[in-house]
Amino acid sequence: MDTVIKVEGLSHVYSEGTPFEKTAIHDIDVEFYSGQLVAVIGHTGSGKSTFIQHLNGLLKPTSGRVYCEGEDIFATKEATRDVRFKVGLVFQYPEYQLFEETVYRDIAFGPKNMKLSEKEVDERVREAARFVGLSEDLFEKSPLELSGGQKRRIAIAGVIAMRPKVLILDEPTAGLDPAGCEGILKNITDYRHETGSTVLLVTHSMDDAARIADRLIVFHGGRIAMDGTPEEVFKRAQELTDMGLDVPQPAAIASELRRLGAKLPESIYTSAQLHEAVLALLRKGAAD
Amino acid sequence: MLKDITLGQFFPGNTIVHRLDPRTKLILVIVFIAALFTAVDWFSYGLMFLVTAGCISLSKIKLKTLTKGLKPLIFIIVLTGVLNLFYTTGGKVLLDWWIFTVTTEGVKRAFLMVVRIMMLIMGTFLLTYTTSPIALTDGLEILLGPLKKLHVPVHEMSMMMSMALRFIPTLIEETDKIMSAQKARGADFETGKLTDRAKALLPLLVPLFVSSFRRADELAVAMESRCYHGGEGRTRMKQLHMKGRDWAALALGAVVLAATIVMNVYGL
Repeated sequence: MDTVIKVEGLSHVYSEGTPFEKTAIHDIDVEFYSGQLVAVIGHTGSGKSTFIQHLNGLLKPTSGRVYCEGEDIFATKEATRDVRFKVGLVFQYPEYQLFEETVYRDIAFGPKNMKLSEKEVDERVREAARFVGLSEDLFEKSPLELSGGQKRRIAIAGVIAMRPKVLILDEPTAGLDPAGCEGILKNITDYRHETGSTVLLVTHSMDDAARIADRLIVFHGGRIAMDGTPEEVFKRAQELTDMGLDVPQPAAIASELRRLGAKLPESIYTSAQLHEAVLALLRKGAAD
Repeated sequence: MLKDITLGQFFPGNTIVHRLDPRTKLILVIVFIAALFTAVDWFSYGLMFLVTAGCISLSKIKLKTLTKGLKPLIFIIVLTGVLNLFYTTGGKVLLDWWIFTVTTEGVKRAFLMVVRIMMLIMGTFLLTYTTSPIALTDGLEILLGPLKKLHVPVHEMSMMMSMALRFIPTLIEETDKIMSAQKARGADFETGKLTDRAKALLPLLVPLFVSSFRRADELAVAMESRCYHGGEGRTRMKQLHMKGRDWAALALGAVVLAATIVMNVYGL
């Protein structure tokens, strides 16, 4: 697999040299491969937001390096600016960043900053709107008069329109109702499948992570505590609980059933898997 | 970078300066300023210097913190010094070149003027450093109370002031966040011509205004739902009481002011 982003010995200290000094992340080494959907998990203050802001050069590391497609993103000012277009970052509650008079122009803000031609910009805006399920009738509306969920879609489209190689989303479903969450997550997985780009999803929700990610990274106390497939990570349920994180509900139910004596495999973390395993167990019980 | 702004910053503590009633401190600052401006010569300046140094050491605020506050005003301080240096006549001529004349009197005036401004700034900073914004506005409201008779909306004004102070850190944080979000979309706030940079501020200011209005709306609803209806008949959770130390401090302030006035008359 191709490495898209490589992080070496990354540390970040806030307000260095003042009484408020705080080490947010500590000596992080990690690589992201092309086409992966990675969920970054950790509770508030674990350093995950600080970490992702290094990946597109918004924060400068106190020490360590970040490489995007082999290039050091902090080598020159131009490199740092270019990486913003290669690594698209959608912040938490991105709807508060909308400012243009129309939806269309807001989505076009990123591509226009890339100095693309009018035609190219138009193409990308339409494509991005399609990815997030925004109908073109909304293009001439003011973004401020739309609903919260729609505003968020516009903001996400504004980043997708730059056609980044890596898309990072910080809690994209925070504060949305279940249907809204579902919609956004589906947009994200569809986008990944269609474009083959790498997606990093910062989330609190273990269930979301379990459902759509192929790799999980758990942050704890400014370090990477776990890194692996969902299966590998959710096996270590006790450690997750000790860190104050949940395990996905299906995994929790499975482990409770195991405690009660049901012979279920260790690798269950989605409701589909649990469903299968319980059915298999029942069939086996009936056969015996 | 935005986090470095210290505006009306309060350093909690438990010294006598912190414990004084905010009203006392407000009055003392006015007395202090009056005394500083009646001071004319070495003796009265010496007295003011002792008073300033005494207050600073009592407050246990680090001198470095106070001098840091001087930094943004360095231009004004230097300008005042330079103007006094060249435009004061009298005394022996030290330097005479083209249109510039420097006299001994000029050097003295410049020095005293710079010291005066520095003490003025440090003294007023000491007030905001040792008094919480809430206590400060409370004190101000009571001191300005008599103006209510003239239909000046004193309570509303002080409420507005407390809210403004309260929201400064929030707005700074918000600005930082929106800036990062727009930078992530390739906005450039740092380079380019002045007109480009002014234009680049639009993506920052529009969301900031929108969220400020939203916040103001939410705050108003929150206040109304707790039955806030202005200052009339409103009681306070924290009653301010003048104590012995407050009267003592005020008496001391009066003595200092009287002393500088007397010295002013005798030109000391």
